[in-house]
Amino acid sequence: MTANLVNVLLGGVFHAAILFLVAAGLQVVFGVQRIFNLACGSFYALGAYTGVSAVGFFTSHGGPPALFIVPLVLGGLAVGLVGIVVERGLLRFVYDRDETFQLLLTFALVLMLEDLIRMTWGTAPVSTGGLYLSYGQARILGATVPVYNLIVIAASLAIALGIGWLLTRTAFGRIIRASADNRDMAEALGVDMRRVYVRVFTLGTMLGTLGGALVIPATAAMSEMGIELIVEAFAVVVIGGLGSMRGAFVGALVVGVLRSVAISVYPELEMLLIYLIVIAVLLWRPRGLFGAAAA
Amino acid sequence: MRSPVALAPVVLAVIAIAIVALPAVAPAYYVTLMLPFMAYGVVLLGLNLLFGYTGLVSFGHALFIGIGAYTGAVLTTHAGVRHMELILPAAALTAAVVAAPVGALCARYVKIYFGMLTLAFGMVFYTFLLKFYRLTGGDEGMRMLRPYLFGSEWAGFSKTAYLIGPYYYFSLAVLALATLLMWRIVRSPFGLCLKTIRDNPLKAESLGVSVPRYRWYAFMISAVYAAVGGALLAPPTGNVDPTLAYWTHSGNIVFMVLLGGFSSFFGPLLGAFVFIFLQDTVMSVFPYWRLIFGAVLAFIVLFAPGGLMGLFARFRPAEVGRP
Repeated sequence: MTANLVNVLLGGVFHAAILFLVAAGLQVVFGVQRIFNLACGSFYALGAYTGVSAVGFFTSHGGPPALFIVPLVLGGLAVGLVGIVVERGLLRFVYDRDETFQLLLTFALVLMLEDLIRMTWGTAPVSTGGLYLSYGQARILGATVPVYNLIVIAASLAIALGIGWLLTRTAFGRIIRASADNRDMAEALGVDMRRVYVRVFTLGTMLGTLGGALVIPATAAMSEMGIELIVEAFAVVVIGGLGSMRGAFVGALVVGVLRSVAISVYPELEMLLIYLIVIAVLLWRPRGLFGAAAA
Repeated sequence: MRSPVALAPVVLAVIAIAIVALPAVAPAYYVTLMLPFMAYGVVLLGLNLLFGYTGLVSFGHALFIGIGAYTGAVLTTHAGVRHMELILPAAALTAAVVAAPVGALCARYVKIYFGMLTLAFGMVFYTFLLKFYRLTGGDEGMRMLRPYLFGSEWAGFSKTAYLIGPYYYFSLAVLALATLLMWRIVRSPFGLCLKTIRDNPLKAESLGVSVPRYRWYAFMISAVYAAVGGALLAPPTGNVDPTLAYWTHSGNIVFMVLLGGFSSFFGPLLGAFVFIFLQDTVMSVFPYWRLIFGAVLAFIVLFAPGGLMGLFARFRPAEVGRP
């Protein structure tokens, strides 16, 4: 009984750890650039596929399997640099446009990235095989949990703390918060908005691609994984409140754990429950649990 | 030289004659491609009442396409109702019943919150279709039996003959009726109120227009249109499945409206036509149509926000403005 409960909860927290990374990327971009980036799920998929390829390259060149996490993370972070291209090449032209057009431009990215992934990696699912278990299993309260899952949960927590530190303790973080708060004033005080936008968007992209890379040893990469995850990340940020990092953290836990519990108790409810909560939150607290006062 | 405005009725008449005569002259394949065009045409006329005329962008409108399509499937396979003349009103009614509460809740919001709420409602319906296997058939969906048209079973017709014959003209009749009705709606005082709400909600409110109520009406009308179009979409494939209600489908129909031009009455119809035929052409030479279409969408957003109609409309004053 306890073992089962621990399994369900840890499964939920693992999913929450990944969701947090993608949702954090969505939040930081929305907070500063006011763009709801539908493509952050596609970045997640891109990170996943790149992770598989990086690990494959590493092991086929004689890298020790136990170190597979190194190329995985490096690959995930490196492909996040595509954010620079996307921001400079597309998004910077629409900052002063109606948000409908901003949303549709990120939808265009979703379409393009989905097929770029299909062209590069094919349509069949790809995975890293059994590497996942090279860190062994841990026994917690009678439940057997892959150590890799615990590493990911710890890494996500560390990144959450790191983002908190970045936002509150560094000059760059203060600039980000000032730009999110009042763009014109920040600009008047000498902040170079172009550089802030590129950096923030790249940071957001890297969080998404890293999330994708980290999840992949535990599952398989499929070309639809991006458009499926974006609606979950969407639920996370709505529940937590658009633009709020603390909201992304709590929202990810709520969605990850509730989904996991629903699957084990009444599978039909799975995401249905999450979307019902999203609707309830939007109706009663449109700015989310951690957003500013309701509109 | 005659002005483009005076030319418009001539162009419309030529297009109408071409569409009526098409099954007699064109290969069956292209005639069947016209069927999704006409179904989406009905959907988009409604969607544009919300998008172009009221200024609200729904990212969950596939919900109502799904409702229309599943209403048809349930009626033909489980209830023994085969007459399309009964299925369409039933789809419209079901959509109205669902849209009444959903629209009342969504109409309180605008911009990104409206989009998010409609997306969430759409995903509720999608996950319901996907997960409640025994009711909905899950990811395999449900069969849609060939409906009777104009009171006849068309039993002697092969599937293709049925589709390019009676079904083609039935769809065309529905599209024509839907177009005429929408033309009346947008030109009525009600339509003018919607445009006022889009351009200046505060002014509309102070002139005595109840803004949320009018948004709600527009939402209901567009939902009914989407359901009728959704019901028309199902018979050619003979099957309905949950992807009809998925969020990317909602995104695609907004894309179609933008492609044709949301600021013109006929823009959405042009958008549906170009989308369907361009998709078919691209897919026949290159399997990755989304790559091309994503690039097209990005191009429209960046350089031609008025869509294809916007490129023609430079010659005349804009009929409706930005959302």
